[in-house]
Amino acid sequence: MSDRSLLSIDDLDVAGIREIVELSDAFEEVLRRPIPKVPALRGRTVANVFFEDSTRTRLSFEIAAKRLSADTVNFTASGSSLSKGESLFDTIRTLHAMGVDAFVVRHRAPGAARRVDGWVDTPVINAGDGAHEHPTQALLDLVTVHRRRGDVEGLRCVMVGDIEHSRVARSTIGAFTMMGMHVSVAAPATLLPTGIDDWPVDVVEDLDTALEKADVVYMLRMQKERIARDPVLPSLREYVARYGLTAERARRLPPEVVLMHPGPMNRGVEIAPEATEHPGAAIEEQVRNGVTVRMAVLYLALGGMP
Amino acid sequence: MTRIALRGGRVWTGAGTEVADIVVADGSVVAVGPAAAAGSGTDDLDASGCLVLPGFVDLHVHLRVPGGEDAEDVWTGSAAAAAGGFCDIVAIGNTQPPYDTASVVRTVRAEAEAAGLVRVHPAGCVTRGRNGKDLAELHELHRAGCRVFTDDGTPVADAAIMRRALEYVKGFDGVVADHCEERSLTDGAQMHEGRVSGRLGLQGWPAAAEEIIVARDIVLAEHTGSRVHLQHLSTAGSVEMVRQAKARGVRVTAEVTPHHLTLTDDLVEGFDPVFKVNPPIRGEEHVLAVRTGLADGTIDAVATDHAPHTAEVKEEWTDAACGMLGLETAASLVWNLVADGTITLDRMVHAMCTNPARIASLPVRDAITPGVTADLCVFDPEATWEVDAVGLRSKATNSPYAGMTLTGRVRHTLLDGRPTLRDGEIAAPVPPVGGSRAW
Amino acid sequence: MAEQFAPKAEVLDADEIRRATTRIAHEVLERNKGADGLVLVGIHTRGVPLARRIATSIRDVEGIEPPVGSVDIAFYRDDIGTKPRAPTGPTEIPVGIDGATVVVVDDVLYTGRSVRAAMDAICDFGRPTAIQLAVLVDRGHRELPIRADYVGKNLPTARDEVVKVRVLEVDGADGVDIGTRPHAPGSAPDREAATP
Repeated sequence: MSDRSLLSIDDLDVAGIREIVELSDAFEEVLRRPIPKVPALRGRTVANVFFEDSTRTRLSFEIAAKRLSADTVNFTASGSSLSKGESLFDTIRTLHAMGVDAFVVRHRAPGAARRVDGWVDTPVINAGDGAHEHPTQALLDLVTVHRRRGDVEGLRCVMVGDIEHSRVARSTIGAFTMMGMHVSVAAPATLLPTGIDDWPVDVVEDLDTALEKADVVYMLRMQKERIARDPVLPSLREYVARYGLTAERARRLPPEVVLMHPGPMNRGVEIAPEATEHPGAAIEEQVRNGVTVRMAVLYLALGGMP
Repeated sequence: MTRIALRGGRVWTGAGTEVADIVVADGSVVAVGPAAAAGSGTDDLDASGCLVLPGFVDLHVHLRVPGGEDAEDVWTGSAAAAAGGFCDIVAIGNTQPPYDTASVVRTVRAEAEAAGLVRVHPAGCVTRGRNGKDLAELHELHRAGCRVFTDDGTPVADAAIMRRALEYVKGFDGVVADHCEERSLTDGAQMHEGRVSGRLGLQGWPAAAEEIIVARDIVLAEHTGSRVHLQHLSTAGSVEMVRQAKARGVRVTAEVTPHHLTLTDDLVEGFDPVFKVNPPIRGEEHVLAVRTGLADGTIDAVATDHAPHTAEVKEEWTDAACGMLGLETAASLVWNLVADGTITLDRMVHAMCTNPARIASLPVRDAITPGVTADLCVFDPEATWEVDAVGLRSKATNSPYAGMTLTGRVRHTLLDGRPTLRDGEIAAPVPPVGGSRAW
Repeated sequence: MAEQFAPKAEVLDADEIRRATTRIAHEVLERNKGADGLVLVGIHTRGVPLARRIATSIRDVEGIEPPVGSVDIAFYRDDIGTKPRAPTGPTEIPVGIDGATVVVVDDVLYTGRSVRAAMDAICDFGRPTAIQLAVLVDRGHRELPIRADYVGKNLPTARDEVVKVRVLEVDGADGVDIGTRPHAPGSAPDREAATP
């Protein structure tokens, strides 16, 4: 276990989040340089251990590490590790024995990063564990709102869609509310987690009313495959009508709204193609900010003398 | 002839305890009384400060034999049972092959007899290969000694099969023990559905999934007039339904595990798969309800659902197998409920000895008086011990109580008058070199 | 990390600092034959206001004020201790430095490691024709082959002494103090420019 691990957004307090936001700003300047790279993590090795396909997140961490001059190694295996005869424990211990300095772990199972953290003394960064958490996504979301709107305190966010199965919701709601934002969630009851009453959010039934007061509109990905397995929705058509950010809904949003999506988007489902053209759309900024935030997280995890 | 004298214990009289010495000879209790009156033995066991209770009976043990010997074998499982104060255990047949033929049942019994530490009673499968569709040859299994029939690990999902099984075993007073789980509600479920599952992003296992089958089984037992036994009750709703069914005379019995009496779902927050079990550990309101059910007799028995697993299948929560060790910690955990006033000692004896024996059609032992078979558990209620998962007799280490300090521990266990556990040590020949299955 | 500092004596006062920066401005102009192609880059924190002052002096003399940038060396240090260090200020290089003469400005030159880090950072912005170094105080004890081109004051010190520069823009007053650090067992080795 390492006290420099980042497993959950709750591992950070307000001061810790501010530190990451400020470092992220400093790295944003680095990325604008002719040579967008600093030697801060020279000689360190970051292992990206991905038990679930997520090319975007892996690339983002990889670029972040390289901009800091760290070496990176990638281990990728999808599906159940057990069914393939691959032990998560053995994989991690093997990499650890090879002298890896930090693990970036993505797994389809909630708690996987925390398990890994229990097996090694090096820092572990949770790059998404099932429907549990995705803390660097939460931080990049916060940085995105901050860069657009300055002080985030008091801003109102409406988060729309599959809260129940979303690691993004669990982490980003934590980060937003910790920094003083108000969060409402809009979703059919089948996509709300048990115990949502205890969460620091308002649950709203009607999306259009909620959008009227929103400073930030956060559309979550709606997995089409889910409906086939579990009757959470009668049809995508009905979902789009009730909770999709249609072109019509997007037209009613003011230009200063911050429109976000964790990617990859299902265009035409949770978000209409026209809506991504809205001046408030910050979806590509989220991706860019993902690099600087991950630089900040890796720097804090690995910076300093070993 | 060896005469064993148990000195200075508080002996269970059927209604309470009184300090007495016990002399055991030829497999039976021959004298109970003050030291002088009881006479002497050739072998003295110190029972001072201890409760002397009838040996425990566990209705629910996954012995893992045959086919699962990497997690437990007959000798390690039997040793764990002896260390936990048990004289009889009902072994569950979700093995490879399963206990769906008489030959498998006879083999398991024979191997257990060779180990000689506990009487093992294999529970026959309800359906062939536990396929949920075709009844196993239940009478053949009965002739091989099975009194309890269960597909545990899985429920008897089909109501028609459950009905026929209940009707069929009625003729020879068998009992169908059901693992109550409506699986259409638990597909992919990882933990108790509640505020913790919502926060952790683990798919929930609603209480309703158990209660639907509890309700169905009660209705079918009422309809058929047969005995049904409900395994590992874990929800408040289940307890209430059993309470009402008993009140109107339905032949239903129920068990609860030590872990459902003591552990809550917030323990999942650390994602340690040692806490993953089916049915899942639940919220506090359910724990209080099963305790109340045990205290008022709605729940008849404590059964461990002892389920050893290797570390390889307990690495990471979602992929991990369900189940936890139970045999060696059960007595301490139930004793703690006595010590804190949740249940009486009388309830403990009934839940761990007489009721499970009755449910499994085994000889019922209650008061320790001259003439009874010397199946005895000498339990030291003051002993404190830290659970060391590796130090337990089970081959596996998946105890959710590892690292915890428990109060009360079994000091001696006597099986048919012969010590199987003596001063906390297994009192039996170590199996020959070359492996515990080599006898 | 607040470093404890017990000042023993003031080695430069405000007037002396003013004279030193003015003299450095003259020397820079003399060496480079004017202000064309000059870029001053201050090292955070106190090198930045010192660079601005030198630039102002150059303007007073030459009529041209060279551009002033700042560099933070947190991501370039090799002496950062066990915890990662956050930048103390923005890195801003206002003009292209390809072909320019960059004068790095710092308050105290000690081991030379900060200057090494600053040069690495500056080289990530382009390829200057030359890099020169101006410092207010050179206290000796170099650990790298680095020397200053322009020095306000050479100040022989012992290793366990601390030299602390105060500037109006940061500290509210100008002055340079020398003092001792109460012995802190196991503390990190002295760094140059002890910043409280």
